[in-house]
Amino acid sequence: MTEYTPKQGLMKPNLDVGIVGYGAYVPRYRIPAKEISKMWTGGVGGVPIQEKAVNGLDEDVITMSIEAARNTLDRARIDPRQIRAVWVGSESHPYAVKPSSATVAEAIGAVPNTQAADWEFACKAGTEAMQAAIAFVGSGMAQYALSIGMDTAQGRPGDALEYTAAAGGAAVLIGPAAEAVAVINGSYSFVTDTPDFWRRAHANYPSHGDRFTGEPAYFKHVMGAAEALMEALDRTSADYDWAVFHQPNAKFPQRVAKQLGFKPEQIAPGLLSPRIGNTYSGSTMIGLTAILDIAEPGDRILMVSYGSGAGSDAFDLRVTDKIEEVRDRATTTETYISRRTEIDYATYSRFRDKLKMS
Amino acid sequence: MNVSIIGIGQTEVKELWDTSIRHLAWYAIEAALDDAHTTDIDAIYVGNMLAGALSKQNHLGALVADFAGLRGIEAVTVEAADASGGAALRQAVLAVKSGLVKTALAVGVEKMTDATGAPVTAAVASALDADYEAAHGLTMAGAAALLMRRYMHEYGLDVADFAGFSVNAHANGADNPLAMFRNRLKAERFTGGPLVADPVTLFDAAPMGDGAAAVIVTSHERAMDMVPVPVQIAGSAIATDTLALHDRKDVVWLRAAEQSAKRALEKAGVSPDGVDLFELHDSFTIMAALSLEAAGFAERGRGWELAKNGAIGRNGRIPISTFGGLKARGNPLGATGVYQVVEAARQLRGEAGDCQVDGAKVALTQNLGGMGGTAVTHVLKVE
Amino acid sequence: MEVSRNWRLQEQRYKLVGETCDSCGVKLFPPRDVCLECEAPAYELFTFTGLGEVFSYTTIYDAPAGFENTAPYTVALVKLAEGPLVTAQLTDIDQEDVHIGMPVEMVTRKLRADGPEGMIVYGYKFRPSVETAVA
Repeated sequence: MTEYTPKQGLMKPNLDVGIVGYGAYVPRYRIPAKEISKMWTGGVGGVPIQEKAVNGLDEDVITMSIEAARNTLDRARIDPRQIRAVWVGSESHPYAVKPSSATVAEAIGAVPNTQAADWEFACKAGTEAMQAAIAFVGSGMAQYALSIGMDTAQGRPGDALEYTAAAGGAAVLIGPAAEAVAVINGSYSFVTDTPDFWRRAHANYPSHGDRFTGEPAYFKHVMGAAEALMEALDRTSADYDWAVFHQPNAKFPQRVAKQLGFKPEQIAPGLLSPRIGNTYSGSTMIGLTAILDIAEPGDRILMVSYGSGAGSDAFDLRVTDKIEEVRDRATTTETYISRRTEIDYATYSRFRDKLKMS
Repeated sequence: MNVSIIGIGQTEVKELWDTSIRHLAWYAIEAALDDAHTTDIDAIYVGNMLAGALSKQNHLGALVADFAGLRGIEAVTVEAADASGGAALRQAVLAVKSGLVKTALAVGVEKMTDATGAPVTAAVASALDADYEAAHGLTMAGAAALLMRRYMHEYGLDVADFAGFSVNAHANGADNPLAMFRNRLKAERFTGGPLVADPVTLFDAAPMGDGAAAVIVTSHERAMDMVPVPVQIAGSAIATDTLALHDRKDVVWLRAAEQSAKRALEKAGVSPDGVDLFELHDSFTIMAALSLEAAGFAERGRGWELAKNGAIGRNGRIPISTFGGLKARGNPLGATGVYQVVEAARQLRGEAGDCQVDGAKVALTQNLGGMGGTAVTHVLKVE
Repeated sequence: MEVSRNWRLQEQRYKLVGETCDSCGVKLFPPRDVCLECEAPAYELFTFTGLGEVFSYTTIYDAPAGFENTAPYTVALVKLAEGPLVTAQLTDIDQEDVHIGMPVEMVTRKLRADGPEGMIVYGYKFRPSVETAVA
């Protein structure tokens, strides 16, 4: 066997593609981590983030995806009937069987000449859908493909993940590079069977391997994908203006950024977990939309997701002149994050359906 | 042909846990037959709104006729939400007027307590537009609240401005042994009522209860031979409006109520000034205010004033809810319209006891379905 | 289980598709096929922007079956920018800020769910725009 190099693994479609529209969504409710620690540890000890976003009683992955998709279309200003795929990545689809994506497609007017499917790969289901959308458009099969990463993540009461498992996400519309606000120069996927986190069918809450979620899981895969993509494209951390990594908490993305040679200011605008928590499938993508909201034409962005189980998708993007034109056509990520209504643990319990009613 | 009332009957209105819907109807019919001294009935029109939903019982025409020992006669149900009772009487009047039916009986019956709680609230909300109102969680009280809030906004009013309606209803209900609530309500307590649908409180909203009422009608000519004081149905009219509030160009105006009142009064040759009492559909205080305006007793936007200046009291310019109205007598939805007519007939016969409006000769009754999508008006008079 | 019924209303519930009257130009929501204004046939579809303002509102404490889990909730008559009134819930509101004349925009939310195993019904609600909520 010949030697295998990252260059061989670089994914780049035949046609140049990019992000032609994007949109975020974060529900308005926040529960401070201290409110959770008050419940389970008497408020003693540190907390992994400041607060997390919580969906309201009438929100789920479908409603949140619809809003992010509408924001995306407001920016892209295309005829939704030209969209050939509506793909929603999530680990909290409201139905076990019945596609969230079909409802989203119907609501945005993309039906009936479209693909619709739900994706699941823990926290990287959204970028998984992005990879597929790149291929779909890059092959010439479709003019546009919409990929969404959105979650209303579950955290077992009292578990470490309860502090961070949050609600929110983002959508990106992949289309021709000529129309893009950010061109995608290439991507790289890195997957192994690493059992760091899982949820069995019909289980309400996920289980995880505690510290096993760190080095062999998050760090190995994020580093693996990021280093391979940069090597394949002959880039270093210094070539990027911005970087965004999956954010299961505040610490992991900062540490992985440092290990890859990124400075804190390069990841600052996309580092949202301290303020909204880990939005799972939405986490990396909403970090990207936050960056696009402030990026300048010509800026380079490295984006690396992580999904337990485990894998990472890494993307290399270059922002175009079009960004300035479309940015203000829809609500910014920061505006959603600033819209904030604090709730207590009791309200959180009701909103998250944790009260035993029967 | 003129049509007159020869028999009336009613049950008390309350939570009658041990009484079934067929018994309720029968007790009212039995009382009316006794009152008319006849069992010679040719047709029964049953007014009912919720038997199918709450008692899992439709087909009330046959059930009621059978249970009353009147098997074989014509009997059907008439449904127009909480205007069902009034609409049933209207059918009885039309039947007699047509000459095809000699004596007709209208019975309004509602059995609310075969179910309780949220399913009842949902069933009552079926009077609204199911696809575009109830599907969004709107309830009957909620719809009244939307009306009340807008009315208050347009005319610069407070909740306290509606107190007089409930105070009057409870004062009259206190004198009616058949009323659901016989307690008096103090005006100063009115604004502190438990919220049902803000700004509507329990003190605005009529309580729903079980009940049945019956009226027997025949031609005036026959009536004169049969009973000492036939009460003439001098005017009778039904009008309709959009079911949903959102479809109304003029949300704070009950157009069907206006039209049906106008037609009925015209038919009777009576003007609002000639009306001695008005049994109106005070399902909520706002409906009382709007009904007074629609029927011509107050200018647009000024119906609420009548509750402030004593005009609606027993000795006032236009007494309303003289036996307590829906608010204190109780609101057995599909039976309510027949109760109104029974009560008006008692007034005109001079048999209203402590509730008597002195010298009453002409009475107006108006029964509304939902938020006034249906309005049934009757003008009753005695010589 | 009102599967087909809710499915039938999706155009209205998801996108506020109403009608416009050819004869008098009035915009109709909900669609009603016969013009509310001039009684002429009105079959031409018209999609509303979803912008409007609160015309009246109420907070419902005594909820009907199917809505108990979300009570208390606020239902409004919203006057759409194109003319008609629509009955819908308000969401993402602070109760004390709601007032007649408050500008709102349409969002798609869960209207109700038929228990843990039944259908989830989605449809329009209205909220203050995110920008105003932040300002």
